[in-house]
Amino acid sequence: MTSSGTAVVTLPTDTQILITREFDAPKHMVYQAWTTPELIKRWWSGERGEVTSVEVDLRVGGRWRYVMMANEGFEVAFHGEYREIVPNERLVSTEVFEGMPDGEALDTLTLTEEDGRTTLTVLVQHQNREHRDAHIDSGMEGGMQEAMDRLEQVAISLR
Amino acid sequence: MARAATTADAFNAVAEPRRRQILDALAGGERPVNDLVTLLGLAQPQVSKHLRVLRQVGLVDVREEGRQRIYRVNGRSLKPIHDWVTTYERSWAERFDRLDVLLEELKGKGEGDGGDDE
Repeated sequence: MTSSGTAVVTLPTDTQILITREFDAPKHMVYQAWTTPELIKRWWSGERGEVTSVEVDLRVGGRWRYVMMANEGFEVAFHGEYREIVPNERLVSTEVFEGMPDGEALDTLTLTEEDGRTTLTVLVQHQNREHRDAHIDSGMEGGMQEAMDRLEQVAISLR
Repeated sequence: MARAATTADAFNAVAEPRRRQILDALAGGERPVNDLVTLLGLAQPQVSKHLRVLRQVGLVDVREEGRQRIYRVNGRSLKPIHDWVTTYERSWAERFDRLDVLLEELKGKGEGDGGDDE
């Protein structure tokens, strides 16, 4: 089965968001999907739109930039810089939503594997609570429930 | 930095870690103030101050029992916060569901180095 778990989002402190999810795959594959441009294009937008551009310069100090055309017809872009890279285990990078350029966050991805399954966590550290709250608000772009139903159908048809 | 008053709404009220601790403690059932003082290891006036904020935004209710004031969580007023996080969670869930499909594909391609035979 493809469905391995549920994304769990918690707010450990006023300025953080923690996302946790388990995958039925070894960590090097999750890392590969997370860092390879042509693979990022296939999952990063979820059901919110299409990823139109992915740039990844995977080295400390290197930049990344993702652009998505949202279903509603507007473009959103994010960029950042890699700060720490431990292949298959840990990736620290900055993240800026270009619609809100003051709100730079620091994202820490960690991957831990047990029995061929990988637990992924992303800790998003914002500079202040206002930025964090705005970030969460951005998840509210319409029609999520319908999109979920559509996703399920797509996933089934791909198998 | 200026920020909204803590009593403005439930979101502001739970932004304070101590108040989240109080809500956690009350999640298991109602408790008198003294219990909370012991659990949190704070002075009673501080605990009372936090409880007052929580009460003002409707996150907790209080009742008198003899000389004790017993507090409990008001689940309904937590719902806006739950809903707020849930929508964000959903957009990540969508990404991850796509990632699942992709990983299945990658696993299929990687079978050659795992000693699997056709």
